[in-house]
Amino acid sequence: MEPLKPVSHRARIALGAGFFVLLLALWAALTFGGVIPPLFLKDPVYTLVTGYNLFAEFGFARDVGITVWRVVGGFVIAAIVGVPLGIAMGAYKPIEAFFEPFVSFARYLPASAFIPLLILWAGVGETQKLSVIFIGSVFQIVLMVAVIVGSTRRDLIEAAYTLGADSTAIVKRVMLPGAAPQIAETLRLVLGWAWTYVIVAELVGADSGIGHMIMDSQRLLDTGQMIFGIFCIGVIGLVSDLLFKWMNQRVYAWAF
Amino acid sequence: MGFLRIEALTRTFPGVRNGNPTRALERTDLAVEDNDFITLLGPSGCGKSTLLRIVAGLDSPTTGRVLLDSQAVTRPGPDRGMVFQSYTLFPWLTVRENICFGSRATPEIADAYVQKVDLRGFENHYPKMLSGGMQQRTALARALANDPKILLLDEPFGALDNQTRALMQELLLGIWEADRKTVLFVTHDIDEAIFMSNRVAVMSARPGHIKAELKIDLPHPRHYRMKTSPEFSRYKAELTEHIRAESIKAAQMEH
Repeated sequence: MEPLKPVSHRARIALGAGFFVLLLALWAALTFGGVIPPLFLKDPVYTLVTGYNLFAEFGFARDVGITVWRVVGGFVIAAIVGVPLGIAMGAYKPIEAFFEPFVSFARYLPASAFIPLLILWAGVGETQKLSVIFIGSVFQIVLMVAVIVGSTRRDLIEAAYTLGADSTAIVKRVMLPGAAPQIAETLRLVLGWAWTYVIVAELVGADSGIGHMIMDSQRLLDTGQMIFGIFCIGVIGLVSDLLFKWMNQRVYAWAF
Repeated sequence: MGFLRIEALTRTFPGVRNGNPTRALERTDLAVEDNDFITLLGPSGCGKSTLLRIVAGLDSPTTGRVLLDSQAVTRPGPDRGMVFQSYTLFPWLTVRENICFGSRATPEIADAYVQKVDLRGFENHYPKMLSGGMQQRTALARALANDPKILLLDEPFGALDNQTRALMQELLLGIWEADRKTVLFVTHDIDEAIFMSNRVAVMSARPGHIKAELKIDLPHPRHYRMKTSPEFSRYKAELTEHIRAESIKAAQMEH
């Protein structure tokens, strides 16, 4: 191995898949070999069968759908609010000076800590779930977008000025298109975080969703179901991340 | 008189954290006639780029003023096109879209300049796919397509290798000989200054001011072989003396 030497596409996929194979082998060895008793960790075959039953008999697909809807809903609302505010802060320093201290403070408030309050304010319905994801995502989006837009290359701005651009054109024709790929990457990152908030929101005061199912399984001490639920979240996260990445690379071909 | 007039200009940068302010430009006066090609030649750090940025409106003078076509310069505008030393093409736009960026550029004009700077076949390429020389040619076309009254060039070939640089000089000179646009060109390269311009203004070491002016009486159209002619060598000898003295001063200031 040499530092920074690239690997072939095939080798990359084989190595990435290899890790999952090893993990599965370790899991199988520990459970079938009796190192960990089934009470704490069910074996892979049992887990898969449980997963199949969850979909076939307990309508788990509906839970998955609801969870996806909550994540996407809360995330989209956060992006609609956060991206324009971040752009305004990045481009105009007085707006940044006004909002930045509050946003920096709010960013450190853990979204999960708001759950009791939000239940009080919004009940245990969808509003509360979306609010948790919104609070968890919006401040991160605002700050990161503001930094991205604020770090637009000065020489590009100056070049645009000498070509007759006014301040509005600088924002619309230089800062926005220049920042767009990084903003999209930021959204991809935050979408991942939104997934962690939704499960927390569903662990408390929910009657549907993947988090709710995991909570129910805990009461039944069914580690197979719990692991399958966590596994599902991982798969959905991986798929949505790949989709997002693929989309960014298509839309912003000039940047990649 | 003069199309571009720089009058009693000074520029002092305020000190950083209570440090001493830096005097970048001492009283500078310069007049550039319409359709003329003037080079500001000076050692690095002499304030020649600062002067050009003030003409562009990207920086403000501490005292004095700049007039272009009798209008005072206060801010950047499309009447003063600029090509920078760094690569400043918009990476999200293709070559053609970059050339069309200016408020006065039209697709037809853009296509004409694509031809003039030899970029046919590359119109739909993104900047990252182009070599440094091609990027600077696009930047030159972009500035010219906006039809500025004056073209400001801040060491536009400074980051290029010697061979590409020589070709770029001939290309720019060819465009100037055909269009006779007013040009203010900044460089620290003596050969480049003589080859390109009608008049060379030599700047002193910091604080910069114009120390000497030399008219270059080489006929147009100029050919690269002129760079080895006796007249060229005489100009070079004279300018080398000036620049050497200033470079030594500049080097001593750094200690």
